[in-house]
Amino acid sequence: MSDIDRVETDIIATISGIESLDDLDALRVAELGKKGRVTGLMKQLGGMSPDKRKVMGPRLNQLKTNLTTAIEARKAILETAALERQLKAEQIDLTLPAPPEPVGALHPVMQVFEELSAIFGDMGFTVAEGPDIEDDWHNFTALNFPAGHPARETHDTFFFSPQGDNLAKVLRTHTSPVQIRTMTESKPPIRIIAPGRVYRNDWDATHTPMFHQIEGLVVEKGIHMGHLKGCLIDFVKAFFEVDTVEARFRPHFFPFTEPSAEMDVKCDRSGGTVKIGQGEDWLEVLGSGMIHPNVLRNCGIDPDEYQGFAFGLGVDRLAMLKYGMPDLRPYFEADQSWTRHYGFKPWLTPSISGGLSE
Amino acid sequence: MKFSLSWLKDHLSTTQPLEGILKHMLKAGLEVEAIDNPSEQLAAFTVAKVTQAVPHPDADKLRICTVETVDGTKQIVCGAPNARAGMTAIYAPLGAYIPGLDFALDRKPRKIRGVESHGMLCSTKEINAGEDHDGIADLDDALQIGQSAADALGLDDPVIDFEVTPNRPDWLGVVGIARDLAAAGAGIFTPKQAAPTNGTYDCPVDVTLEHTEACPVFAGALIRDVRNVESPDWLQARLRAVGLTPKSLLVDVTNYISIDQARPLHAYDADKVQGQIRVRLGREGEVLDGLDGKQYKITADMCVITDDSGVIGLGGIMGGQSTAVSDTTTNVFIESAWFDPLRTARTGRTSGIISDARYRFERGVDPSSCETGVQAAITLIQDYAGGSASKIKLFGGVPKLNQDVIFYLDDVQRLTGLSLTPEAIERTLHSLGLGIEKAAGEWILTIPDWRFDITQSADIVEEVARLEGYDNLPTTSLPAPVDGRKMVVTPLQQRTRTARRLLAARGYLEAVTWSFLPKHQAGLFGGGDDALTIANPVASELNQMRPSILPNLASASQKAANHSARDIRLFEAGPIYLSDQPNGQYTMVSAIVRPETLRHWQATQTYSVYDCKADLFALLSALGQAPDRFQIAAAEQSHWHPGQSAALKLGPKVTIAHFGALHPGVLDKLDVNGPLYGFELNLNSLPIGKAKLSKTKTKLDRSDLQPVRRDFAFIVDNKASAQQFITAAKSADKQLIAGVTVFDLYKGDRIAPDMMSIAIEVTLQPKDKTLTDADIEAVSQRIIAAVEKATGASLRR
Repeated sequence: MSDIDRVETDIIATISGIESLDDLDALRVAELGKKGRVTGLMKQLGGMSPDKRKVMGPRLNQLKTNLTTAIEARKAILETAALERQLKAEQIDLTLPAPPEPVGALHPVMQVFEELSAIFGDMGFTVAEGPDIEDDWHNFTALNFPAGHPARETHDTFFFSPQGDNLAKVLRTHTSPVQIRTMTESKPPIRIIAPGRVYRNDWDATHTPMFHQIEGLVVEKGIHMGHLKGCLIDFVKAFFEVDTVEARFRPHFFPFTEPSAEMDVKCDRSGGTVKIGQGEDWLEVLGSGMIHPNVLRNCGIDPDEYQGFAFGLGVDRLAMLKYGMPDLRPYFEADQSWTRHYGFKPWLTPSISGGLSE
Repeated sequence: MKFSLSWLKDHLSTTQPLEGILKHMLKAGLEVEAIDNPSEQLAAFTVAKVTQAVPHPDADKLRICTVETVDGTKQIVCGAPNARAGMTAIYAPLGAYIPGLDFALDRKPRKIRGVESHGMLCSTKEINAGEDHDGIADLDDALQIGQSAADALGLDDPVIDFEVTPNRPDWLGVVGIARDLAAAGAGIFTPKQAAPTNGTYDCPVDVTLEHTEACPVFAGALIRDVRNVESPDWLQARLRAVGLTPKSLLVDVTNYISIDQARPLHAYDADKVQGQIRVRLGREGEVLDGLDGKQYKITADMCVITDDSGVIGLGGIMGGQSTAVSDTTTNVFIESAWFDPLRTARTGRTSGIISDARYRFERGVDPSSCETGVQAAITLIQDYAGGSASKIKLFGGVPKLNQDVIFYLDDVQRLTGLSLTPEAIERTLHSLGLGIEKAAGEWILTIPDWRFDITQSADIVEEVARLEGYDNLPTTSLPAPVDGRKMVVTPLQQRTRTARRLLAARGYLEAVTWSFLPKHQAGLFGGGDDALTIANPVASELNQMRPSILPNLASASQKAANHSARDIRLFEAGPIYLSDQPNGQYTMVSAIVRPETLRHWQATQTYSVYDCKADLFALLSALGQAPDRFQIAAAEQSHWHPGQSAALKLGPKVTIAHFGALHPGVLDKLDVNGPLYGFELNLNSLPIGKAKLSKTKTKLDRSDLQPVRRDFAFIVDNKASAQQFITAAKSADKQLIAGVTVFDLYKGDRIAPDMMSIAIEVTLQPKDKTLTDADIEAVSQRIIAAVEKATGASLRR
């Protein structure tokens, strides 16, 4: 082994034993720096015979390259180890809780209103609204409730004190006044739904003095009671998100429709929940009927030319049936845990294409 | 309205079992509310014969009976004193539930004082079938072993309760129910009518009708020498079945006819009536001592029955104490009149009296039934109480209430989609008692006196459709709208949805609270107008329409806090009411935050009024309203903290929102602990942009040149508003200045008292060429000058 070989072996052994970048750099300077050992050997080339230089030149260059490579390799190893040590030192406990963030939710009734808009919107209905404080004419008289008729008493109406000579204003007992406003302010064909707050003076386990209704109104030539049945069966299937539903229509009385009908759907009440579309029980879901000719006349529409149907249903109860809230009362208490439990995520927008619910 | 199946069969000949009757009721629109079927409750109990009864060896009062039962021969230990061999009794098998004792027998025979008992012999009280509990039921020996107890006790008669809709007062009589069920196909209508009575003398009681609108007709008859005995068992049973308590024959007969024929009657003790009976309007100051023992004030609107002593009855509602029949009554005068429904309803409401008579008269009683009603009463009274009846005397005349109706046959198909033959329609109408006069395409129909709900062709269509059955109507989906599809929701509704989703996404829980609140709370929030006070509130604290949603949310937040909720964030999108006119209702989005720094291992910041502002501004941005288009002005409502609240305005007149901290004094009056932050945005007041013809968005205006940022600090009076600095700085070069933000605010030792340092960062965004130092210096000078001029501040050097 030549001296050069010995030097190379010696230095490479030293490099592989170095444990810090600083020491490595010191070695580099000591061996390869201006005053370093290898540099010193290179300087001796000038004094050599051409033949010896021819042999020694490449050998010394090779030595320099080998040492440089070894240093770089060692440097990479040490840097990686240093980074690993640093990262290890930076380790934190990610099981610690994240900063608290408030979580919001939408009220089920308001969500169900949007579901209903999606379903009826798909059938060509638009949404109409009207005031909660109504006059007697829009809430009763125009809807064929004669003054003093016992049907008025069944509504448990909230009254305001009469102002001047006018009849006392009322809190609307149904959203039917919106139908009247729509029919008096626009011309057929009409297809609207009227969602909103309604009020009745009744407060017990199954009634609240304020609740929500949605009513529908269709006024068009050629619309008959078969369309009423078809429309409402289509609605129930879409709302409860079931493929089939067995429905029955029963005669009933409403002053503003003739003929009038209530709709029941088949359901299963076993196990404390209501499942629509199966079982042997019947559940009343809504009232409906062909618009009474007197109502059309009251709104300036000729009942011999135009006809149509109307329906109305309680949205709070509908929401209970679909989503299983056991009690009506917490709806209006702004109860946080109730709203978090029964409420909806803000990005769940009911649609026909994307589905009504999760 | 309750009736029993056997009672119905008085007037309906049918082979239908209970289920069939119920099916036809459903079809015809008689909505069943409850069925009380004693035979179902008594299904476990059967007739048995006691063949042997010997004393129990270890108990004096017990007997060991050998009983032949439906289950074979059984040994039963019985404690009844009347248990004896040869007796026909009611047997309860092992495991049976005994309703009157509310326990079930063991499934295995039990030893009673050492002797096994394989069942029980029952009293009628123990099976809820009577009151007798002196001993076990001692039945007729003709009954067969295994026969049902319900049958044996004559209790095999289901009672049906159903809803009578206001349009069908004829359903308040069993006869009317039978007529409709026959028309619906449940059987043949066989009304049981009393035969005309042959009075032997003229009725000596005279009645003068002084107000023929209130009471146009009054039929009466006197029956002399009656004995007001107890009613016969069948009559008592029928009354009990429908929930009435039998009293005495004279009273029971009037109640019975009221339910049988929807024909209210009244019985007077003729010996107590003084002089002339007059039917007239009441006079102020008169009173009636009613049959119920209460005294009622008479008003001039009421129809009263009077004699020489004064008021003896409220027409169609209740009789008086002074002329009431009693056990000693011997001469009875029967009244069968017709009272105006609307007046009866008003009198009923004013007096507060609820009676079967009022219920019928205010819905409408068949005026032609005055005489038949008296006939029926005379027949029953004479059958059971004897006596001799006068001839029936009719005072006034039966009013003709119903007009003929023109029925267009085409309406059936036009309104229902049903295709029926004229013959089928005719059969239905006949079965309801309508008279038909035919012409081409339309019929002229005579409407029976008991139907007040049929006034036009559509009403006939309903009769035809319901009796045909709604199941037979076609089912047709709605065709596509003839005028094409439209936007389903209005812009306001769309905004409400966006607002709700934005706030829920920012951590708020959606509330729906009452539209009303206590009047004093409304006053705190700028409301309380008398026109918005509910005259008949459901509870005294819910008597005023809300002028703001905030008080409800504030109260809800306190309630939640009382239940240990923390960091409460609520919102509601709903109405407020500033007048009782349609345009006085506004749709608001209101939110309340009751902040609490939740403990966390990292320090977190407490929600502040500026977070509240951020939520409101995020909401405005989501609604397409750049927040900087609004001016921030002093709050215009007194329920806000005067130093920590503001109004958002669009020009001097339009206020779109308020936000900030609620006034501690107001919260105190609501019993709510503060601080509470919130905002209330009026969605109606937000401008709605014109619908665009094209949905194309404007071109993106973006510069490739680097923006330049420069900071400026000013010294200014510490009452100055930041908005002035921002506006003034922006105004220095509207093209070049892309943004101004406040990044530091300092008040303290290092500057003069009452002064503050405010530092702004201005972003300059060149569009065409890179800015030179000279350009930047020039615009900086303009910014400083503009701010100093607008605010009186001086650059901090």
